[in-house]
Amino acid sequence: MIQGISIHHFLIVSTLMFFIGITGFIIRQNLITILLSVELILNSVVINFLVFNRYLYPDQLQGHFFSLFIIGVAAAEASVAIALIINIYRRIHNIEADNVDRMKF
Amino acid sequence: MIDFSYTILIPLIPFVVFLITGLLGMKWKPLVSGIIGTIGMGISFVLSLFAAYQYFFVTVADGYHAIIPVNMLWLSFTDTLQIYMGILLDPISVMMLVVVTTVSFMVHIYSLGYMKGEKGFQRFYAFLSLFTFSMLGVVVSTNIFQMYIFWELVGVCSFLLIGFYYDKPSAVAAAKKAFIVTRFADLGFLVGILLLSYFTGTFDFDKLTQPGTSLFAGIAGVSFLGLSGISWAMVLIFMGAAGKSAMFPLHIWLPDAMEGPTPVSALIHAATMVVAGVFLVARLFPIYHFQTPGVLVFIGYVGGFTSLFAAVIAITQNDIKRVLAYSTLSQIGYMMVALGVSGYGGEQGLGFMASMFHLFTHAMFKALLFLGAGSIIHSVHSNLMKDMGGLRKYMPVTHFTFLIASLAISGIPPFSGFFSKDEILAAAFQSNKFLFYVEYITAGITSFYIFRLYFNIFWGKDTKYKHIPHEAPLNMAIPLIVLALGAAFSGFIPFHNLVTSNMKPFAIETNFLIALPSVAIGLLGIAVAWVLYKKENDLSGKIVKRMGVLYTATFHKFYIDEIYLFVTKTIIFNYIARPIAWFDHNVVDAFMIGIGTMSMKFSYKIKRLQSGELQQYAFVFVAGALVLGLSLLYFFGSH
Amino acid sequence: MFYLLSGTILTFSVLTITSRRMLRAAVYLLFVLVATSGLYFLLNYQFLAAIQLTLYAGGIVVLIIFSILLTGHISEKFKNPAPWKLWMGASVFIVGSAVALWALLSNELVRDTGVEEVQIDMHLIGNQLMGTGKNGFVLPFEIISILLLASMVAAIVIAKKENN
Repeated sequence: MIQGISIHHFLIVSTLMFFIGITGFIIRQNLITILLSVELILNSVVINFLVFNRYLYPDQLQGHFFSLFIIGVAAAEASVAIALIINIYRRIHNIEADNVDRMKF
Repeated sequence: MIDFSYTILIPLIPFVVFLITGLLGMKWKPLVSGIIGTIGMGISFVLSLFAAYQYFFVTVADGYHAIIPVNMLWLSFTDTLQIYMGILLDPISVMMLVVVTTVSFMVHIYSLGYMKGEKGFQRFYAFLSLFTFSMLGVVVSTNIFQMYIFWELVGVCSFLLIGFYYDKPSAVAAAKKAFIVTRFADLGFLVGILLLSYFTGTFDFDKLTQPGTSLFAGIAGVSFLGLSGISWAMVLIFMGAAGKSAMFPLHIWLPDAMEGPTPVSALIHAATMVVAGVFLVARLFPIYHFQTPGVLVFIGYVGGFTSLFAAVIAITQNDIKRVLAYSTLSQIGYMMVALGVSGYGGEQGLGFMASMFHLFTHAMFKALLFLGAGSIIHSVHSNLMKDMGGLRKYMPVTHFTFLIASLAISGIPPFSGFFSKDEILAAAFQSNKFLFYVEYITAGITSFYIFRLYFNIFWGKDTKYKHIPHEAPLNMAIPLIVLALGAAFSGFIPFHNLVTSNMKPFAIETNFLIALPSVAIGLLGIAVAWVLYKKENDLSGKIVKRMGVLYTATFHKFYIDEIYLFVTKTIIFNYIARPIAWFDHNVVDAFMIGIGTMSMKFSYKIKRLQSGELQQYAFVFVAGALVLGLSLLYFFGSH
Repeated sequence: MFYLLSGTILTFSVLTITSRRMLRAAVYLLFVLVATSGLYFLLNYQFLAAIQLTLYAGGIVVLIIFSILLTGHISEKFKNPAPWKLWMGASVFIVGSAVALWALLSNELVRDTGVEEVQIDMHLIGNQLMGTGKNGFVLPFEIISILLLASMVAAIVIAKKENN
């Protein structure tokens, strides 16, 4: 709880961050940049969890732990995604999302 | 009161032996398994003899009583549905213990020689022990459910043993046939058991076979298709008995069961499987007699028909084991007839006593015949009569014992078969003249076919053998001699004092009016066989020609197998299974396949949506989420 | 302080997705993450902020930078995105933010009244993370550890050179 700053302030920031992430996801070609966008999205969610925890249920720690787990999942996801990207790069010497469409119909 | 609880060892020892030889047998030399099995069986044999001695001769006081030395709760479903496992000793079960262990012991010894060097020797002994165990279990069961369990075990063991040479297609087919036919019959048995126990509320033989019990009031009142419930139950139970005892028309498995090793045939035919049916009917005899006399008469007629029918077929068969198989059918038919014509108690119960008597003597001489046949096959390496002849010079022991068994089965005094068969005929004469004549004729045919076999094998022309036939080794000869003693003298056992329908002794006197003609027709059969087969001649060929169609029909066992095939293959397959298959294929499957093709075609149309563009997907996904969020807000929001 | 941090976050977020050099984008993301951890400090979640700094900023971003170096040239510039993609992105951003913010601002978020703010120290975190009781998180903890192991194995298997 911070004096003078309401919960909505935080939430607006995280919302904007979330949609910036999504926009990045959509407009960028490069797989690594897409990964960066995903990290942005995850972070905004973490902020949400923490803010709700702190402002609405300060006697509990659920939000805190979920943030912890989200960071863990993000780490796992990043490692697998990067492994995939490297593998793709080895095959087609290119990591543009448009070129990875072998699996369509 | 003597403590009989040691009798539980009689079935348990073979079981333990089965476990030992079955699990560990492969680690030893084959012979070790055989010796362990034989010793175990020997102990059981001695124990049964001892139990029989104690039961029959030590506890005597105004008849015998059923004793239940062991009875433990095995399954307890509800307060009323409880299943016990135990040992029931009464005259017939004690007698059966002796029969089963004797024959089984002899077969064990015999197989040491007969099966020597066969592949799977240990397996053979393990199965023999299991078979003996299950048969002993059937015999001593205290309740009908326990009996059913062991009954099925007997079926499984017969499957395993008949199919012992599992790399031989005919043996596998025979094993399957035996199993399926008896299984089919057991279905009837099971339904019968369920009917009976549902209405009476008990499985116990003790309560069920009490004369004058009121347990059947409920079931007798129910009727279905014109027969009362109790009749249905008893007919269905008899169906199970007929399957195991190979009564017409469920007899088709028995001749094929000859594919198993010969000692197994001896065991199946003489002591275990086929007499299980007779034993079952005898066990439930009071119910049959008091509740459903009609069914009992029916059993008598089935038995009578089977005995004549099988005897006629036996005349024409050329495989010695098949002749013996049909002869077994015929003799089991005798036992059924005897039960069918019997009354209850005292002189009325002559048929019951005669049936058990015949079961006993038959076990002796039929085991002897089979083991003798085994020793012949062992030395000639063929089952067919035409490959044999003049063997009496080469195999004196086998010859002599085989002759005794033949005389016994023909009912020539003083051999055992005479006494038991004579009493069956006497019982039939008292109550059912028709069955008497049927059995009388069958007796003649019996002595004819068995001596046809005898003369063909041991006399006749001297066939040129590849190897000189040799006498059976000692471990095969000893069982032959022991059983020959049994076949010769077991007729003098005073069965009417020991095994009777109401467990009380009664007096019998030989009725010479029946005994003399029966001996005469036996001798006549032998004489005819002598004329036809003693010396090489073409008399029999001429007769065959004269008989024509009749001979052919008999030779093909009256086409019973073909009728079964026709019914199953042509009728069931073509007229029932085919249309169902058509329906399944063209309606049920077509519907399913139609759904499949439809969705496949549809998906071809829409597959363009799957562009493979990651960002497009993301856009659609987010848009969908937004729409969902909006609609949630719209419908459930606070505004 | 809050405004400074959130300004940093938003600015660098936008820069992250608009930068046409990959390495720069990654560094901008690093700034975003550091600023986010500042927000956690503000919210008095020191432990989580530390985790954020070490794991995210120290671990993931370094990993990403490695992979950038492995898969491309630093000097390489992206093409400008196709116009339809820009439109798509912009529309999602506008519509999405509008919807979310409207939903957010039109709802009063009410705090649980009369409860003590919990003092977070390492003992508490440790006990709850490994606890099996009411506030225990041992099950998700274990699942996360299995997930991490699995992804580690998967990453190795996927990324290693096939020997054909």
